[in-house]
Order: sequence, then structure tokens, then C-alpha cells
Amino acid sequence: MDFGVILTNSLTALLNAEALYLALAALGLNIHFGYTGLLNFGQVGFLTVAAYGLGVGVTYLDLPFFAAILLGLGLAVLLALLLGIPTLRLRADYLAIVTIASSEVLRLVARSAALRDVTGGSAGITGFADGFYSLNPLPAGRYGIGPVDYNESRMWLLLVGWSLVVLGSILVFMLMRSPWGRVLKAIREDEDAVRSLGKNVVGYKMQSLILGGLFGALAGFVFALANSSIQPDNYSTLLTFFAFTAMILGGAGRILGPVIGAIIFSSFFTFLENLLVQAVRAEYIPTSILDSNQVGIVRFILVGVLLMALMIFRPQGIFGDKKELALDAR
Amino acid sequence: MGKILPRPVNASGPATRGGTSALRAGLTPLMSLLALALLLLVGAGPALAQGAEGVRGTLNNAGERVAGATIIVEQDGEEVATAESDEAGQFSIPLPGPGDYTVRLDLDTLPEGVTVREEGGEEREITVRPGAVAPALFILGEGDRETTGTAERAVQLFVRGLQFGLVIAMGAIGLSLIFGTTGLTNFAHGEFLTGGAIAAYFFNVTVGMNLIPATLCALVVGAVFGYLIDKGLWGPLRRRGTGLIAALVVSIGLSLVLRYLYLYFIGGSARSYAQYATQQPLSFGPVSIPPRDLVIMGLSVLVLTAVGLALIKTRLGKATRAVADNPSLAASSGIDVERVINVVWIVGTALAVLGGVFLALSQQVSYLLGFQILLLLFAGVTLGGLGTAFGALVGSLVIGIFTQMSTLVIPAELQNVGALVVLILILVVRPQGILGRAERVG
Repeated sequence: MDFGVILTNSLTALLNAEALYLALAALGLNIHFGYTGLLNFGQVGFLTVAAYGLGVGVTYLDLPFFAAILLGLGLAVLLALLLGIPTLRLRADYLAIVTIASSEVLRLVARSAALRDVTGGSAGITGFADGFYSLNPLPAGRYGIGPVDYNESRMWLLLVGWSLVVLGSILVFMLMRSPWGRVLKAIREDEDAVRSLGKNVVGYKMQSLILGGLFGALAGFVFALANSSIQPDNYSTLLTFFAFTAMILGGAGRILGPVIGAIIFSSFFTFLENLLVQAVRAEYIPTSILDSNQVGIVRFILVGVLLMALMIFRPQGIFGDKKELALDAR
Repeated sequence: MGKILPRPVNASGPATRGGTSALRAGLTPLMSLLALALLLLVGAGPALAQGAEGVRGTLNNAGERVAGATIIVEQDGEEVATAESDEAGQFSIPLPGPGDYTVRLDLDTLPEGVTVREEGGEEREITVRPGAVAPALFILGEGDRETTGTAERAVQLFVRGLQFGLVIAMGAIGLSLIFGTTGLTNFAHGEFLTGGAIAAYFFNVTVGMNLIPATLCALVVGAVFGYLIDKGLWGPLRRRGTGLIAALVVSIGLSLVLRYLYLYFIGGSARSYAQYATQQPLSFGPVSIPPRDLVIMGLSVLVLTAVGLALIKTRLGKATRAVADNPSLAASSGIDVERVINVVWIVGTALAVLGGVFLALSQQVSYLLGFQILLLLFAGVTLGGLGTAFGALVGSLVIGIFTQMSTLVIPAELQNVGALVVLILILVVRPQGILGRAERVG
């Protein structure tokens, strides 16, 4: 049982790529669910279209890096429009159903053999990340504190990514204190009242969906760049539920809630997986109960249990304010 | 005059108060239906020899896995079994015994622009040794091939769509009734189908029963599970006043827990039942269909008719429709709403178990079985009208036929896209569904 390894890996995960893209995705979900009360269970769809926009733009359309980024962002806006137009005037459940369905369909379309020339099929896309990493000003080497260190490429990605998180959080903070943000929160509480005051509720919800979707797009870029590859099977609904759980854990409807939630989520599950792998290897856990292939499964089961427990017992999470959580809105 | 009764959505004739005689009158057609069902089950049970022989392979198009293609196994010129490649391009077909077989890939079911690289490469002669599973390799590549007999394929797909729609309906009715009576959108419903299929697999393969009593045992397990999950989870949440959105998220968490528990217990590979998994198809003109699919369709129609009749004729059924329509009004007229909800969960789960077994007969038991058709379940329920049982039936049939027939024009692996398009169109045009009431749904 090498506790040193477990500790190092968990500390490394605190600010690493997974926490980063989950934080960005959760920021977007927070705008959707925490502030507007929209049940978007297809956040991973925004990651998918953005990542593929970047990948396809660079490899298939031969666009420069920033043009491909714009393409990805544009696709995210398009997706938000496509999802929102039929469902935003209906009940929350319908948006939930349509978003889960559409994120799965996007994944199936991305991995389909028919579009293999463009999207790479089930093998995915590689070779699009050079435009980003060529901008890296850091010299080669390891960067970090104590046992935690990253190479210069990962450090560059983390610097850019966490800056985006900070900027994004400031943006959300300013927006939610503005009149626009107040209308969103009012829509979350009682849509009919807002409608009776003459506000265009569907318009506000659409704007919220687009804004949150753009954060999801940023998360997609980070996810793709961190792996330097886009594999369609990584963009499954599980990612949405991880981001959702992270958001609820930290506290929906709060500025830093999703960010803190993502950091805790990522490092906790890294800790747990490392612990289990070491325990299985050291034979504290017999292989009849758990073998090393099944350690990943434990994470998924626990996320489900955590999500259920949070919603039943503490829907405001760690930092949330119970008054801000209008979970009875329909 | 008399007591206020909720507007009967799908009833015919006056609502009688005579408890026992109405119950008996409703029960007689039910009993005869049950007898017919039992007869079908028994009559359809020629026990196939249980063996471990089979053929398996992966469809690989230069690294690209090909899903949804049909593989046909023949012996002495007669069709012995067929199967479809799954999402990972893999197929695993149990065979009745050792010997020489011809494994043929149906080129019409390959995606556009994909065909076998060499002439005659769609057929493979294999020899299956006792107790062994032989591999069959098809080398695919780019190429053109002529599509044959679109009209014949259309008819075949229509029949398959009908069967698929009936199986979806088993899950969709439970989903719709649960929504109607409690307002909960149960995202874990797909996992109930999977659970039923796995429970039947356990009784069938691990314990060793024939598939039919195994299914009955699975039904009991499912009914008990439905009862427990309502009494233990949803009931307390309802009493606490937990909001419906929170309950929706809880159901998502539940689906995660169940799905990965299934993965933990049965692993990632697909399994087949010991009986009825392979059958020689019968031919009716352009339609070729294995006898088990005919039994599945017949049983589904029977079960669904029984449920429909129960909803119309029996007192409990009427109470269910009343609660689905307006729970507080139903409660104020003396109906025990909690009991009705409990029964709805039990019956809904049992139906899902049966649907899961039927689905697994054509698609094999896997932990993703129910999750993969969750979209279709929701599409069927929304299309027919969330909250009505008959709507769920109609919607599921339409979705089933539509997704199967859409493979005439789009690749098989994308058939769910069609269902999503239908879902979105219905929400734009008529959000309450075909049979739903025109109420404000937003």
C-alpha cells in the first residue's frame, strides 16, 4: 500500500485537467440549472460539438487554430438554439429528455461509420492540438509545488484553463448581479409571474442556454486539448452527470460552488480509485469482490449514490443556500 | 348526478359502482386472456438443445467498427440463426450444435459505401467443434454494391418495427403511468428492463431453469423490486414533499447506480439465453421471422390488451386512470391514492421486466440494454402523450416502426436519430402527444 503514490496522485488531480474541464462544464450547468432552473442533462453535447468543431476544423477544413475555436463556439450556439427552440416553452422534463437524447445521438453521429472521413468515426480525431501548444511560452521542464508537478504543455493548458475559469466566474458574478441575472433567478422561482410582468421568458431562457453552452464549449476544448485527441466514447452522458454532481456538491446557484465542487469531485474520486487499486494489489480486497478492472465501475456507482444522497438530504451542497434552490419549480 | 368522477379518458360505457359483479365481469375476459397466454407459452416451448457452440466475430472496416449489420448462419442451405452486430461491431451467435456452417454477412445491412473487399468474401465456411465458439472474420472495405428488393426490405422492416414497437410499449406503459400518477419522469426505467433481462438470465443460465419459468421468476423479482422501490424510496420522498425536479435527478442517480451494478455483476460482454436465442426463421412471403419473435409479438399483444382491459374494466384500473388524471380529486372521492401508486409501480416494473426479456431475446443481455432504448421509450411516451397508457402504446408502435423503417434511408447505427427527430417534431407541433389532452404543458 503505497500511500505516497495515492497522496501524490490525489493532490495532482486537485487542479489537473479533469477538475478543470468539469469546473467549466459545471459553470455552464450552474447558469442553466442553478440560476435559471433549466434541466439540461445534455451538457456533454456542447463539449462534443465544440471539441469536434476544433478537431474537424483543423484536420478536415485546414483552418487555423483560432478559426477552429470560433467554429466550435459557433456550433455550441447552434446546438443551444436547436435544443431550446422546441423545448423552452414546455415543462422542465421535456428539456431533460430532449437534452439527454440529443447528447447521446451526437455521440452516435460522431462515431458513425458514415461520417468517418470527417469525424474519424469511432477512432476519433488527433493532430489538432499543435496550434495550441505552439503558443506555449513556458520552457521545457517540470512545473509545480512539492510532490505535484506537470510538464510544460500541461502547465500551459492549466494556466490558460484556470484563467478562463476565473474570468468566467467573474463574468457570471457580474451577470447575476445585473438586472438580467435577476430576471433569470426570477424565472427559476416562478416563471408565470415573470411572464405576467411582460418579460420574454423564452428569450431569457434561450440566452441562458447559449451562455451555459459556451462554457460547455470551453470545457470541450480543454478536454480535447488535454488528451490531444477526441474519442467519441469519452463524450457520453456520464460526463454530464459528473459535472452535474460536481455542481450540486459544491452548491448550485453560487458562483464558486461548481468550481469547488469540481475540484473536490475530481480529487476525491482519484483518491478513491488509487486507494482501491493499491488495496487490490496489496490483496487487502480479495479479487472475488473487486478486481483491478472493476475499480472504475466503483466510481460510477458511487457517483450515482452521491447524486441521490445529495438531492435527498442536502440539495444545496456544501456552499449552497437552500433558499436559492427552487427545486420545486416545474 | 351522483359522485364527481374524473372525466374518463379512454373508457366506454357508464362507470358502474357494483363492485364485485363489475370486477367479475371484468375478470372473465382477463382470465381467458391469461389462459390464452399460458397456452401460447406452453405451445411455443419446444425445448432446444442447450449447447455451448457458437460463432462470434467483429465487423471491422479498416479499423472502423460496423454496427447494426445482419449476420446469417446457414447449415445445408437452411437458415439456422441470424443476429445483428452490436455497437462495437461484435456479434456472438449461439448455435444448436457442432458441425459445418456457412456464415453469411447480409450486404444490404452494411452502411453506405462499405462492402466486402473480395469477391464472395461475405460468406465464410466454418467448422464448429463440440463446445467451441468459432470465429468468423469478414474483411470489409470501401465499395459499391447493389441494393436489392427495397419493397421486400420495407415489409420485413415494417414487421420488425411492429415487434420492436410492441416491446418498447411494455416499458413505455409503465413509464407513462408512473408519470401520470406521480408526476415523476423515471429516468431509471430503462434499467428496470435491463434488470429483468439479467434476472431472467440468472434464473435461466446460472440456476438452469428453462427460459419460460425463468421469465416468470424474473417477473416476481421485478414486481417485488417495484414494490420495494416505491415503499422505500419514492413513497418517503413523496411524503417529505420533495419536488419533482429533485425526484427526477434522484431517478437519474438511481439509473447510474443500477446500470453500473449490472456491469459489476455481469461484466461488459453480451450474453445469450440458453433457449430460443437461435432459431430457424420461418418465411411468410418477403418476411422472414423466427418463431420466437412471433411468440413475442403475440404475448406482447395479449399482455398489453390485458393491461388495457384492466385499466378500463376493473375498479383498480379506473382508479388508476383517475389518479393519473387528477390525484387530489381522486383522493377526495375516496380512492386510496397511495395504494394505486404502489400498484402502478409493481405493474409498471413487471411489464418492464417482461419487455426486457423480450428485448434481450433479439438483442442479447447486456448492461446497456435498457439505457440504449431509453430514448425510444421517452420518444414513444411523449409521442403518445405523457400520462396515458394507450398513448404510450400507440406512440411506441409508431416509434418502433419508424426507427426500423428509417434504416432504409439512413445507416442502421443512426436509427435512434430518427426517434429523436420525431420527438423534437412532436414537441414543436403537438407537445401533449397524440392522445394527450390539449393542456398547457409549459
